[in-house]
Amino acid sequence: MDDRAQELINKQAPVIEPGYTFGTVTDKISSIVLTRPTSNGWFVGFGIAFLITMGLLYSVGYLFVRGVGIWGVNIPVGWGFAIVNFVWWIGIGHAGTLISAILLLLRQSWRNSINRFAEAMTLFAVACAGMFPVLHLGRPWLAYWLFPYPNTMKVWPQFRSPLVWDVFAVSTYATISLLFWFIGLIPDLATLRDRSENRAAQIVYGMLAMGWRGSARHWARYEMAYLLLAGLATPLVLSVHTVVSFDFAIGIVPGWHTTIFPPYFVAGAIYSGFAMVLMLAIPIRKFYGLEDFITDRHLNNSAKVMLATGLIVAYGYGIEAFMGWYSGNRYDAFLLWNRLHGPYAFFYYLLLLCNIGIPQVLWIKKLRTSPGWLFLISGIILMGMWLERFIIVVVSLHRDFLTSSWGMYYPTRWDWMTYIGTIGFFLACMFLFLRVLPMISIFEMRTLLPEAEVKAE
Amino acid sequence: MKRTQIYGMMAEFDTPDSIVHAARLTHEAGYRRIDAYSPFPIEALAEAIDFHPTDVPLVVLVGGIIGGLSGFFLQYWIHVINYPINVGGRPLNSWPAFIVVTFEMTILFAGIFAVLGMLALNGLPMPYHPVFNVPRFAFASKDRFFLIIFSSDPKYEPAETRRFLEGLNPRSIAEVPS
Repeated sequence: MDDRAQELINKQAPVIEPGYTFGTVTDKISSIVLTRPTSNGWFVGFGIAFLITMGLLYSVGYLFVRGVGIWGVNIPVGWGFAIVNFVWWIGIGHAGTLISAILLLLRQSWRNSINRFAEAMTLFAVACAGMFPVLHLGRPWLAYWLFPYPNTMKVWPQFRSPLVWDVFAVSTYATISLLFWFIGLIPDLATLRDRSENRAAQIVYGMLAMGWRGSARHWARYEMAYLLLAGLATPLVLSVHTVVSFDFAIGIVPGWHTTIFPPYFVAGAIYSGFAMVLMLAIPIRKFYGLEDFITDRHLNNSAKVMLATGLIVAYGYGIEAFMGWYSGNRYDAFLLWNRLHGPYAFFYYLLLLCNIGIPQVLWIKKLRTSPGWLFLISGIILMGMWLERFIIVVVSLHRDFLTSSWGMYYPTRWDWMTYIGTIGFFLACMFLFLRVLPMISIFEMRTLLPEAEVKAE
Repeated sequence: MKRTQIYGMMAEFDTPDSIVHAARLTHEAGYRRIDAYSPFPIEALAEAIDFHPTDVPLVVLVGGIIGGLSGFFLQYWIHVINYPINVGGRPLNSWPAFIVVTFEMTILFAGIFAVLGMLALNGLPMPYHPVFNVPRFAFASKDRFFLIIFSSDPKYEPAETRRFLEGLNPRSIAEVPS
């Protein structure tokens, strides 16, 4: 690295504010879980999220009683909110894996203070995503038919179908994310076990830590396994949204049958995921006083990732429009016209504004380090990315090849209730996670301290 | 090997530097059955006690191969042997369509093998371990570093080993009851 690059790095905000030791880092993070009294704000926040989760259960319960007819889906738009929300949630999850795996391989050590809760975010987002295809099945109690198991009907899933690929991709992703998160937690669970003064907490954390004692031999294997797992999770996360995009791209519906989908879906996933990371990190660091660990450097870097992936997404929109014109295919050309002038045109323009227009303000450095503005812009991006999936699913389906089969899609109150309900479920899980587990990886923070350096002899 | 009620002799250090230095000296002094504990991974520490594991990558490779093969042949067996469906004369072994599931199964098995393999090779979960009998060892997960010479080491002599560890300038020394 040349001197100028080093100088630029030194000028940036630090990853961790100076003055911390192994002891104070440990105490600061573990005290949130172990000793600090649970604040009223936590109870209010969790209570609201819990109530919304009850709304989810209510709408799902009603769905089980009445069937998918309570939703707005019908022919020609058979996918509707369920698939829009599925793709939205699973995309959000991708940022957690990107932060924990890809940035680890790229030796971006600033990730150490945000990877833990980003991974938790991944897990909860995947849980929300996984609900929708099952609810959308119509007969959700038969969801196990998706898996290949020997059965008396003597039939098997069709492995040439992208919908079966999706089952394997998403369930592998959920499993690997859980393993990655848990293996990262083990040393910190040992810390909580040793720091806790409550007998019940000692037993629970002790069981989960599995007798971790920080032996040099254990660490050597641990680091190797962690690195390999990161190496496995990296192609996995890219494959998951690729496979999600295959659900569309393998079909022949205008606007879906394109090769740009996989890269543009992956970029969009990371785009929305980082927006969610910021929407969580900004309030968390404020309410728990963690500005020393989640610094302006993290906000700035995350904003840069959003800016870059946002431009890839913009390129994707550009290519879609270009191909609509250049292909000479009248259905593709009509799709472009329909997006710009059809009944859902308002949402397409809103999407362009949210995903391409407004995020360009992130070129301004001042906004990239301003928590308030970033929070707002992240919210706009999340809305934009949701609209993108809405446009892809609904606008392509509602007017395809035959004018006789055109129709409109209007979500019902149950669509909205289920969607908002999963947001409540996601937040309720996050609140519980913040309360019972260390939200920042303690042992990885220790390695960032200057005193952790072993001088060569 | 003589049976003893003493598991080993443990010395406590303050900094990563001093533990790495002490571990190196201990290894140079001829002690072989030793271990070191730290609150975060220190690569130089494993080197100092001459520990170079190569087993985890092997386990992951085996897991990946098992996953990949079982993923592919699951599909092959279903679509070619057990439940062939002829669609317009297209080949039954349409392997390009099988790549996604093969890939996902490779990753799934390799990942599970990585985690379970690492835990198994490390002998975890292990609810009881003698080192936890030392009260100060609770700081090994916070900000202290520990070096232990096991009593099973052929060179282990209680008085001699204690004198040796004292020479390393530790913060404290404790005998670890078994």
